[in-house]
Amino acid sequence: MAKSLGPVKRKFTPWTDPAAQPFIRFENITKRFGTFVAVDNLTLDIYEKEFFSLLGPSGCGKTTLMRMLAGFEEPTEGRILLQGKDISGVPPYRRPTNMMFQSYALFPHMTVEKNIAFGLEQDKLPKGEIDTRVQEMLKLVKLEQFAKRKPSQLSGGQRQRVALARSLAKRPKVLLLDEPLGALDRKLREETQFELMDIQHTLGLTFLIVTHDQEEAMTVSDRIAVMDKGIIMQVATPAEIYEAPNSRYVADFIGDINILDGKVVSTTAAGGQAGTVRLDCGGLAVAVDQECAAVVGNDVAFAIRPEKVRISLDKPADDSVNAAYGEVWDIGYLGDFSLFLVKTQDGRVLRAAQANVARLVDRPITFGDMVWLSWSADAGLVLTR
Amino acid sequence: MKSGRFDTTILTLCFAFLYIPIIILVIYSFNASKLVTVWGGFSTQWYRQMWSNEGLMDAAWVTIRVGILSASIGTVLGTLAALTLVRFTRFPGRMLFSGMIYAPLVMPEVITGLSLLLLFVAVGIDRGFWTVTIAHTTFTMCYVAIVVQSRLITFDRSLEEAALDLGCPPVKTFFKITLPLILPAVIAGWMLAFTLSLDDLVIASFATGPGATTLPIKIYSQVRLGVTPEINAACTILIGIVTIGVIIASVVTKRQEYQRQRDEHFAAKGA
Repeated sequence: MAKSLGPVKRKFTPWTDPAAQPFIRFENITKRFGTFVAVDNLTLDIYEKEFFSLLGPSGCGKTTLMRMLAGFEEPTEGRILLQGKDISGVPPYRRPTNMMFQSYALFPHMTVEKNIAFGLEQDKLPKGEIDTRVQEMLKLVKLEQFAKRKPSQLSGGQRQRVALARSLAKRPKVLLLDEPLGALDRKLREETQFELMDIQHTLGLTFLIVTHDQEEAMTVSDRIAVMDKGIIMQVATPAEIYEAPNSRYVADFIGDINILDGKVVSTTAAGGQAGTVRLDCGGLAVAVDQECAAVVGNDVAFAIRPEKVRISLDKPADDSVNAAYGEVWDIGYLGDFSLFLVKTQDGRVLRAAQANVARLVDRPITFGDMVWLSWSADAGLVLTR
Repeated sequence: MKSGRFDTTILTLCFAFLYIPIIILVIYSFNASKLVTVWGGFSTQWYRQMWSNEGLMDAAWVTIRVGILSASIGTVLGTLAALTLVRFTRFPGRMLFSGMIYAPLVMPEVITGLSLLLLFVAVGIDRGFWTVTIAHTTFTMCYVAIVVQSRLITFDRSLEEAALDLGCPPVKTFFKITLPLILPAVIAGWMLAFTLSLDDLVIASFATGPGATTLPIKIYSQVRLGVTPEINAACTILIGIVTIGVIIASVVTKRQEYQRQRDEHFAAKGA
């Protein structure tokens, strides 16, 4: 499938602009089902034209939050503002939001065309305009020749496109996507992710996507909210979430990471200023350069991504870097990367990833080798919660 | 298979037990002799005679009208009951309500009939066509509720949510999305209700009054005066109608199932 690249993406950061008005505001939202608290006093701002992801494991409240915006659930407490207007009590059929359902929810007794036209017919648009809009949508999702098919006669990928076209046909102010790509295979999913971004950019709509797939969230989003048990753990850009997670939960949820428990030995980063924090992680001394509010004696965690750990047979020449010595315990060959699991002398397993830059079948480091792991002071992270 | 012969024997006996009486009835409806038990050659005279038997024909007409009317009302009420039971999973008295929907299925007909009779007498309604229709509606709607309920349980509610989300108000959503999709079950429920109404004797005889004799009541009362081949002919036609109804219902269901499988196969190939 040829990809139209569209206009070049520009830096888009309305959340850093104090004058910007949020497009959608969840204000102290709590949702209880009986005694179960699905969403717990949550406040969140989403800006116009943003591609925003709610990311979290199943049961974290992300779908409930989206359903409250669509109008299928009413918040127990708090209110939802859309363009500054409280939309509490507005039924789903009067909200300017449209949703793409996880199951696609295509009407099985209607053709592709009829499915896409359904929302427009509810607005009582003239027939000619509906036809034009349907054709436009079919073209957008490249399904022109399938207009007369029934959903049951389509493949999973095609159904997904019909569902997208149907939810876009009314030009909603906000498009809600509930695990939109979950049912697709990996390759198709990656393609579709880029198409979604392209469509969002072309139409200039606000997208809110719910997903448990962190790769998907990382690829498509302007910002991600990582959720756990009804609360938001962190809201940030994909890069910030990955490089500067604010907690063990976020660090662990996004990508692969080594997390070691440790204690602050000394710090020059007092009062939230940048400086060097020295940790004792059960015998392993680690130095980290970062802004950090932790004080001496605090129990913290040291976290480092495997790709930021260098692996070598020789002791690193530079004594100032952090280093650990151990035995290669297992190797995971991933094609583009090899993941080394190294068992240190105190029995901990650290993970180091190395890009396979040369085309070699036999790698110099193999099972049972004694190796050095090293990383610079700005590669890791101290997590205080 | 070793037990093959045994199985075949049992099956044959079961079917013989079920169908020999009916086959005898059908055969004797073509009997030329007036004596029910003596074969006097093939003839269709009883069918001709039946057509000119006004009492029998009137009863048949009443039965069909009662059947269509009670099946239709029962289908509407039964569908609504099924919707309530499936959709509103939590309301005070739900258990009681669902139990009360099933109860008429196991309630002895004599009791249902008698209680309806007492009600009609107490309220002071003249018994006749409408009381039979009401009585039939009350018991057929339970069957419809069960048939429709089993369909609704597997109904994907996100389809309705999608319709609402696209701007379709709830009532319109029911008629544009829900009803078309559960229609086969609703039709099957109607057929069942109609068939049940058609052959009911006990409840009808309690609820009926002068001028509203249904076919089963007519047949039963005539048999008491002696079985005539005319009755055999009428019964054969009744059997014919019911059989055709059941066959149509099962063919419709089968074809839908086949269509669904074919569509899915088509989709799986990604064609």
